[in-house]
Amino acid sequence: MKYDIILAGVGGQGILSIAFVIDNAALEEGLNFKQAEVHGMSQRGGAVQSHLRLSVGQIYSDLIPLGQADMILSVEPLETLRYFEYLKPDGAVISSSTPYQNISDYPVLEEIYREIRKVPVHVLIDSEKIAREAGSVRAQNMVMLGAASLFLPVKEESLKKYIQVLFERRGPQIVQVNLKAFDLGREAARARGL
Amino acid sequence: MPKIVLLGDEAVAQAAIDAGLTAAYSYPGTPASEIMEYLISRSDGNQKYIARWCVNEKVACEEALGVSFAGQRALVSFKHVGLNVAADPFINAAVTGANGGLVVVSADDPGMHSSQNEQDSRYYADFARILCLEPASHQEAYDMTREAFDLSEKFHIPVLIRLVTRLAHSRAPVEPAPAREKNRDFPYGTWQDWTLLPTNARRRFNLLLERQKDLLDYSENTPYNRLCLNTDGGKLGVVVTGIAYNYFKEVAALLPSEPSFLKISTYPFPLKKLLELIDRVEEILVIEEGYPFVERFIRGIAGIPGKRIRGKLDGALPQSGELTPDLVARALGLAENPRLPSGDLKLPPRPPQLCTGCPHADTYKALNEALKGFARPVVFSDIGCYTLGALPPYNAIHTCVCMGASVSMAKGGAEAGIYPSVAVIGDSTFAHSGITPLLDAVHSNTDMTVIILDNGTVAMTGTQPSFGTGEPLDRLIAGLGVAPEHIRVIVPLPKNHQENVKVIKEELHYHGVSVIIARRECIQIVGEKKRS
Repeated sequence: MKYDIILAGVGGQGILSIAFVIDNAALEEGLNFKQAEVHGMSQRGGAVQSHLRLSVGQIYSDLIPLGQADMILSVEPLETLRYFEYLKPDGAVISSSTPYQNISDYPVLEEIYREIRKVPVHVLIDSEKIAREAGSVRAQNMVMLGAASLFLPVKEESLKKYIQVLFERRGPQIVQVNLKAFDLGREAARARGL
Repeated sequence: MPKIVLLGDEAVAQAAIDAGLTAAYSYPGTPASEIMEYLISRSDGNQKYIARWCVNEKVACEEALGVSFAGQRALVSFKHVGLNVAADPFINAAVTGANGGLVVVSADDPGMHSSQNEQDSRYYADFARILCLEPASHQEAYDMTREAFDLSEKFHIPVLIRLVTRLAHSRAPVEPAPAREKNRDFPYGTWQDWTLLPTNARRRFNLLLERQKDLLDYSENTPYNRLCLNTDGGKLGVVVTGIAYNYFKEVAALLPSEPSFLKISTYPFPLKKLLELIDRVEEILVIEEGYPFVERFIRGIAGIPGKRIRGKLDGALPQSGELTPDLVARALGLAENPRLPSGDLKLPPRPPQLCTGCPHADTYKALNEALKGFARPVVFSDIGCYTLGALPPYNAIHTCVCMGASVSMAKGGAEAGIYPSVAVIGDSTFAHSGITPLLDAVHSNTDMTVIILDNGTVAMTGTQPSFGTGEPLDRLIAGLGVAPEHIRVIVPLPKNHQENVKVIKEELHYHGVSVIIARRECIQIVGEKKRS
């Protein structure tokens, strides 16, 4: 088994928190992983991505070859499109529909959605709305992780365990909000028949 | 021992701790900052070693050299261009030699994710005639860093560890080994070795030259350099260095049979192993992350009769940017993977930008307005978040070259007739390399205006502490000899805009050295304080 994921978003949206949870869940389940991240300049409101690779066998490259990702997991719809060339023809796109518009030439949103809907396996959900329902718009990353969890080769319990670990320091209320965001994201994806 | 999840940077840091580290020094810079971040985070409470940010890389390197003189183990780390700043002590430390283990980590940034060039630190190790270790994986980063301290003490030289962004900033499980104690009862260095008067330096340099054969012997025998001869592998032999090995292994599995290859992870590179590979094949493909360092040695000036040599110099691989598994696959003649058709929607780039509420934004707005009406003003800028002022909507700066260059270039520019000649530099960058050129400008009474953006932190790399901020910075500037009436402090806030424009204009019209300190705390620090 091997499973390659492109995580995408805008600097500050918490894609490294998603990576932390998946990394540690994978390690707990005895999988190997490598996860390449972006630090420095791009973290200041720029496009950010992370290559996350899971495998039972040895992983050599930190980067995923083009056309080989099993999933694009993105917290922002325009950023989702940026990495299409990495996706396998039968790969899954798990994308937020909530735009982060900090550039003047942001495309027409409906055109972005149209591109995402062309992918045979896709989940497009309003992460902002769902996160607000969970108790904080900051939890959009956990909404998207919840949606992706239906596809990931790690158990739901392992993911939830590390969501707890990740937010423990911020107090029990923040932990609950993020766990709820995860659950609601998972439900939203399931409601789309996936 | 159980595996722990670490960045490549953190694997180096953990290894240094486990190798009996006494002290570590650094200056922030992507992709190396996380080495010191990790060391500091692990030294809380029962502090067994010293881990400190320093004012610049040269100072960091010299402090580490002092630790080595004292017989203790030291780590100094920085980004690749930091090694330029530290080049003086670095090269000379090879001549004094190391006493306690001295490990220098330089993190290169191929692809320039967060840098102004792609320089390859392996040349520096070659230049200094010391060992360079180039790990390919997280585990190697850990294991080789531990070994680097032993090698430094065995061969009495500093050892350079070359990282690249992809390893420095990639996370994977690492298995640590039991920790070693710090050095005990190590004598200090002797003055005859460490006082580089010509008579001592000549003797020391000759010793360093004699040691080269030992370094080569090490490289021939270490398992990190692995020659794999495959009799079914065909006429192609592949030379891979550092993380290029990963890309090769990733895609070589798709070939009918894996070519013979030599993995190089230490320098001087293993010559016998390389000659053995070359002897067995007709075509050699050299895959390196960075410059074609090994490739140039192999090609020499006339190539090798009867052998075809491929790599970056003949275009089989690009000379700039990072390697990717796809580039390596293509160089090996593999076809592209099938992919989804990419849509026809044109995607606008999303470059990094100053945070909402950033003080630099207010300073740039005021500066732009103050400069209106001047025919050809030039704003020389520097390294930091404020370099983003080059982009819209600010379009406020004209240069960014290296740490401190804003002040020196503004002086040179002014002396060549530029008016107004403005330097814009952050507080930490000023402490790093801006003080000496300002002293120079004061000495010449140059007509220039320096704006120090004092946000109290090293913001771009993750809000590390700054050494020249607040009131002590004002006193420092006065101490350099800038006239007190031309040291102005402004608070960059929208409500102060008109007042700030007025202050900047006044100083632009003063024909001498002015320093305007635009002081307001970084918005990231404000946020961090709120959260905690």
